Amino acid sequence: MEKRLNGKRLSKASRSGFINYGIVIAAFVILQLLMALGLLSNSLQSLLVPTCCYIVMAVSLNLTVGILGELSLGHAGFMSLGAFSGIVASFLLADAIPFAPLRLALSMIVGAVFGALGGVVVGVPVLRLQGDYLAIVTLAFGQIIKNIIMVLYVGVDEKGFHIAASSERFNLAEDGVAIIKGPMGAVGVAKLASFTAGFVLILITLAVVQNLVNSRSGRAIMALRDNRIAAESVGINTTKYKLMAFVTSAALAGAAGALFGLNYSSTVASKFDFNASILVLVFVVLGGLGSIRGSIIAAALLYVLPELLRQFGDIADYRMLVYAIVLILVMLVTNNDSLKALLGRIIPKRKGAASHG
Amino acid sequence: MSFLNNVITGISLGSIYAIIALGYTMVYGIAKMLNFAHGDVIMVGAYVCFFAMGNFNLPPVVGVLLAVVVCTLLGVVIERLAYKPLRAAPSLAVLITAIGVSYLLQNSAQILWGAATKTFRPIVDGSLTLVPGQLSISYVALLSVVCCIIVMVGLTLFTGQTKMGKAMRACSEDKGAAQLMGIDVNATISMTFAIGSALAALAGVLMCSAYPVLSPTTGSMPGIRAFTAAVFGGIGSVPGALLGGILLGVIETFGKAYISTDLSDAVVFAVLIIVLLVRPAGLMGKYVPEKV
Amino acid sequence: MAEKKQFEKGKMVPVPSVSIIPERDLGTTPILECSHLGIDFGGLTAVNEFNITVGRTEIAGLIGPNGAGKTTVFNLLTKVYQPTRGTILLDGLDTHGKTPAQINRMGIARTFQNIRLFNNLSVEDNVKIGLHNQEKYSMFSGILRLPKYWRQEKAAHERALELLSIFNMEDLADHQAGSLPYGAQRRLEIVRALATNPSLLLLDEPAAGMNPSETAELMENIVKIRDTFQIAIMLIEHDMSLVMGICEGICVLNFGQIIAKGTAEEIQSNPTVIEAYLGKQREGGEG
Repeated sequence: MEKRLNGKRLSKASRSGFINYGIVIAAFVILQLLMALGLLSNSLQSLLVPTCCYIVMAVSLNLTVGILGELSLGHAGFMSLGAFSGIVASFLLADAIPFAPLRLALSMIVGAVFGALGGVVVGVPVLRLQGDYLAIVTLAFGQIIKNIIMVLYVGVDEKGFHIAASSERFNLAEDGVAIIKGPMGAVGVAKLASFTAGFVLILITLAVVQNLVNSRSGRAIMALRDNRIAAESVGINTTKYKLMAFVTSAALAGAAGALFGLNYSSTVASKFDFNASILVLVFVVLGGLGSIRGSIIAAALLYVLPELLRQFGDIADYRMLVYAIVLILVMLVTNNDSLKALLGRIIPKRKGAASHG
Repeated sequence: MSFLNNVITGISLGSIYAIIALGYTMVYGIAKMLNFAHGDVIMVGAYVCFFAMGNFNLPPVVGVLLAVVVCTLLGVVIERLAYKPLRAAPSLAVLITAIGVSYLLQNSAQILWGAATKTFRPIVDGSLTLVPGQLSISYVALLSVVCCIIVMVGLTLFTGQTKMGKAMRACSEDKGAAQLMGIDVNATISMTFAIGSALAALAGVLMCSAYPVLSPTTGSMPGIRAFTAAVFGGIGSVPGALLGGILLGVIETFGKAYISTDLSDAVVFAVLIIVLLVRPAGLMGKYVPEKV
Repeated sequence: MAEKKQFEKGKMVPVPSVSIIPERDLGTTPILECSHLGIDFGGLTAVNEFNITVGRTEIAGLIGPNGAGKTTVFNLLTKVYQPTRGTILLDGLDTHGKTPAQINRMGIARTFQNIRLFNNLSVEDNVKIGLHNQEKYSMFSGILRLPKYWRQEKAAHERALELLSIFNMEDLADHQAGSLPYGAQRRLEIVRALATNPSLLLLDEPAAGMNPSETAELMENIVKIRDTFQIAIMLIEHDMSLVMGICEGICVLNFGQIIAKGTAEEIQSNPTVIEAYLGKQREGGEG
């Protein structure tokens, strides 16, 4: 009896995880084939890396919103931290490590570390708050990060590393190189990012999130989501596990940010504003709270589709309008009982996503 | 003198934030939802007034009234179509829907009126000179403060004295019990949205008169700031919205004047975070622990 | 009550303080000693002068009319509320300033009047969350799936099924907790509490919503749990057949004050208790 239950249960959790890896690997192989055959247009190819970044963003935000159950409206802030720290790191490492993939990997690790630090800085005080108040503080944090990076000047000259909060105080020598120039953002970035790196990052993200969820720590995190008071009553340290989920999520967002930043020759902080946070949140909600697979699929489709529509002249103006209407309709249909029943009669009901999959 | 000037600018800006924040706070108090589309109603109000005054040469008062009427209707329609079907849905679903409505309004405005910024003609010109050459108050600033006071007094009387106002307070305490007492909860919620949106229109016109640039995204940043003000004061609390709005306006102005123009956002939001850490339910909010 | 199965209760003896404990627990530190415990909410005194001693293997009952402050006492013991006054000694150790999570690690586990399960998780995961502090591997062992992870997860799985077997719930291990019938949810809460390896188990209305045969089964199980785990159990219950049937020391609370303490027989014939329950000038009698 025990053996049978054991086998069934373990395979159920890990099967779902393996399917996710499978989907990602299959998509990677197919896209590589299409590229080799020359079937992928340049504009589509240019979407590959950012799509990978947004998939990682969605999966990592799902850890906070779907699995920990806390609403975060500032996830792009961590991406921003990762992007700019990653860009600076790749610049500083340029001479020491000429081998680009290694430099990219190290820059992403730096991005993850800065993302995690941001997560700790926001998380420690903020996780004492609950519900909508946590949401507003994460929103505020995202704004602060954006605002600070917009006045930040970073550069290198013979005297070494310079960092300043305004152009007047930025006493870089004339022959020095500025990496981040305030409102102009990071300029002259070496484009190290590659689709393969994005693919590997997605796999690592999946491994971290899925393995975490199916461990003692992940259960504690989900317990806090389902019933905080009951979780405390069985001895779970609220702060520790909230922080663990929050910081892990921020670190992954930081790594995604570094990859994103190193995909363009220049990046401005306003790319990671409130709207970017909201975009990722929409991916997570439409993909299904707590469903990793849902996040992957929603992020890939919803990031690529509007970008593709951009090419079609007249439709381009309407694409965000259509997006907004679809978003509202999906929320209405999936959350209103009578509409759901109506839809249920038309389409045979698909089994709902499990709480972790 | 520059200090006094900053105080005046801060209070008038804060008055506008307070008027917007009232909309957020009332809707949150009753529907328990963060209406992220509220900021975009401000933008619609400003556009309506802009076209009424610019294209049809209507007097400012008519322009404002028209804006109020259009936004009131808009608010009620949004509530009926988008939020009412989600009364029983999880709050995150409602939040995402509100974000969808916000996108919808912004993009509709962009298609209807173009993405280019327009220069808004203030509804009143000139300023009142207190100390010649040094201290003056623009009539727009004065009007903002006056409007804010009138709105506050009006709302306090309305929620305290009238039948509908009492119904609103009852609904914000306990919708189920209110319904059992014969209160039409749906009508009350519609009324709340109507009032909030009317105030948003007023705020939109005032804001664009003070800072005369108008574009489809004009409403989003003041919306977020006013939301912050509402949280700052204690979301759900009407006097809290006033206090939060004024404080936010003053902090923002002083931050710009004495710390850094570029960092004003960071200053405002940093203060918000500190306030919430000290008082987790805002300055005038009530902290209600979960019952075990 | 005559047709109900009689459980063997220990003989109660007075202890030097003001309470009674089972004779078999004499010579050991009482698991719980409350003295002058009280809490005010604003100006309102919800519980006052709550003094009680619970023996290491005692089944104690806490009864009283609605609103008497029984659940508040549980919330004080588990530090969901911080007491305004008084001390709580758990196994001789002061619990002052501890958080609910620390209290659990010190040895108190509880269930809730309004069931609080982790509704979206499976029955087995609910129990495993109870086992949380007995599993020792770190977050990184979990993410990297080190041998420690597999070993301890296997042990946790076996232990969870073993605990579920107390209520014959092994077959439900894969079910979602929130979808269980009411009675099963109450039983799962008890299993989850037991999983934390407590020395004192607090049950808040464990028989609420159960029919008489389920209640009788629950009574057997509560005694069985006490006997197997050798722990103390304190329960709040309105079903007097359960309280009088299995509780050794019973404490009656009214308006936040203890109005009577004693064995079932003593409580049943106590005029103050009868008055609190039935009002004055009525005939007594409890079923």
